[in-house]
Amino acid sequence: MSIALETIGLDKQFGGLHVTRNLSLKVAAGARHALIGPNGAGKTTVINLLTGVLKADGGTILLEGADITNLPVHVRVLRGLSRTFQINQLYADLTPLETVGLAVSERLGNGGDWWRRLGSRANVNDEIAENLARFHLLDVMNEPTATLPYGKQRLLEIAVAIATKPRVLLLDEPAAGVPTSERQDILAAVAGLPRDVTVLLIEHDMDLVFSFADRISVLVNGALLVEGTPDEVAHDPQVKAVYLGEGLDA
Amino acid sequence: MSNDHGVGEISLRRARWSAPETAFWLIAVASIFLFSDRYLILTEMAWLGLFALSLDLILGYAGIVSLGHAAFFGVGAYAAGLLAVHGIVKEPVLALLVAGLAATVLGFVTSFLVIRGSELSQLMVTLGIALLLRELANKFSNITGGFDGLQGIVIDPILGLFSFDIFGKVGFIYCLAVLFVLFLLARVIVNSPFGLSLRAIRNNPLRAAAIGIPVNRRLIAIYTLSAFYAGIAGALFTQTTALASLDVFSFERSADLLLVVVIGGAGYLYGGLIGAVVFRILQDVFSSWTPQFWQFWIGLVLVLIVLLGRERMHRGVLWLPRLVMRRFTDARRGSAASGKAAP
Repeated sequence: MSIALETIGLDKQFGGLHVTRNLSLKVAAGARHALIGPNGAGKTTVINLLTGVLKADGGTILLEGADITNLPVHVRVLRGLSRTFQINQLYADLTPLETVGLAVSERLGNGGDWWRRLGSRANVNDEIAENLARFHLLDVMNEPTATLPYGKQRLLEIAVAIATKPRVLLLDEPAAGVPTSERQDILAAVAGLPRDVTVLLIEHDMDLVFSFADRISVLVNGALLVEGTPDEVAHDPQVKAVYLGEGLDA
Repeated sequence: MSNDHGVGEISLRRARWSAPETAFWLIAVASIFLFSDRYLILTEMAWLGLFALSLDLILGYAGIVSLGHAAFFGVGAYAAGLLAVHGIVKEPVLALLVAGLAATVLGFVTSFLVIRGSELSQLMVTLGIALLLRELANKFSNITGGFDGLQGIVIDPILGLFSFDIFGKVGFIYCLAVLFVLFLLARVIVNSPFGLSLRAIRNNPLRAAAIGIPVNRRLIAIYTLSAFYAGIAGALFTQTTALASLDVFSFERSADLLLVVVIGGAGYLYGGLIGAVVFRILQDVFSSWTPQFWQFWIGLVLVLIVLLGRERMHRGVLWLPRLVMRRFTDARRGSAASGKAAP
């Protein structure tokens, strides 16, 4: 089985605080992999290291076998590693059409066009329309994002990430804060992600994790504690101990 | 035709000319005939408007703040002056382009210092660069004329056809034409994917990078373009006044420019132009009223704008024109509807 995303001995410190410790993680191509861990385990730092927002102090990150450890954020995206954001970081005054349009334009290499208007390239328009249709956003595509219901905003979050045509998608708590009435739409969108996209899900919600993931890694204090199938992880005594709050520092 | 669910149509609609925009430029052209005794102040409004447009491009669209935009204005002004004095490029339009390019080079080089860092460091770096240039111009007085400014600037006829007259009519039409052309270019740019990506960067640079936008490259590009615009504005200033002295680099010029953009509002292209008109009128009114204290009143207006909120003030000022516009469009819609119903 080929490996889509791999970290080898990833390390990060903030001053005296060791937030990522010698983390080696393998995400198989096409996998539905979940990264879980208690609060403060360093999940967000891992995302920031993978996407290039933070520079690792040590270790290597491989995307489909190619070293991306020192690439800037936007190049990693164009290489096929995208993410969604946990809390809404969408463009409040841009419309879904414009937001998705930005991502599609950059991916197709038209993002630097300054002499023609957005909307003047048929291939870009078609891809925007296809994306918005898939995520049920066509009816609100011309409304400012800030005015959309929260559930729609979460869908747009996933839509933008998919618009970059990722090979590997990092989903950062996709359902966090979504009201129960809109939750089903999000779960359906997550379940309906294309199978050829490898997904690494970072999540607190155990129902979502166990219904979605075929592989789970448990992160504690910045280090990998356990990795295995959902069944193995669910019955692992160490994991139980962590989630019951007994601590593992000793 | 492709079935894009109206995506293309909706995107293109945003960039269409609106009636108020057309009205704005018709009034600008009409001012050539309406205010034939006020060409000097109109000319100032035109190049100040262009200068403000230049700041709006980086401030309103990309979120880069500057307290030293006079650096580019000054380079453009001195370049135009030197080209004329030494007879290197005699034809004004060509000289204008060369002066603009000189500022562009400076903009490109300094962009690397400016785009990194917080707003505070942007303010300090831009301010520092302008002060530095002012001192350099002072130091190399054999080239720049130092405190006395460049002497003996004579501007040739535009395109070899139109000489600058003493009433300033040709100068004003020239400035207005240049402003209009560069405005059109700016309008194309802000409605492009490139322009949209700037708005995304201003909103949230981290997010912009996360959808594949090369943030630094875009910021360098717009900062460089903005320097070109400011350089052209400076060159227009020199060509229409035959002056280039140290104050083209002055801190007051950069600070006033920020006022102009704040008065007019940033991020919709017209803010700088409207701000330039309002600022010059206020300056004129206040200085004829109290020659010594006009800056006090300008300051007061600024404080009021910030406290009251520009939105609310615009609503007040635009109440009448909006009412007229609404009547106009209602009437048109009414006649269109009845025309459709008739057959």
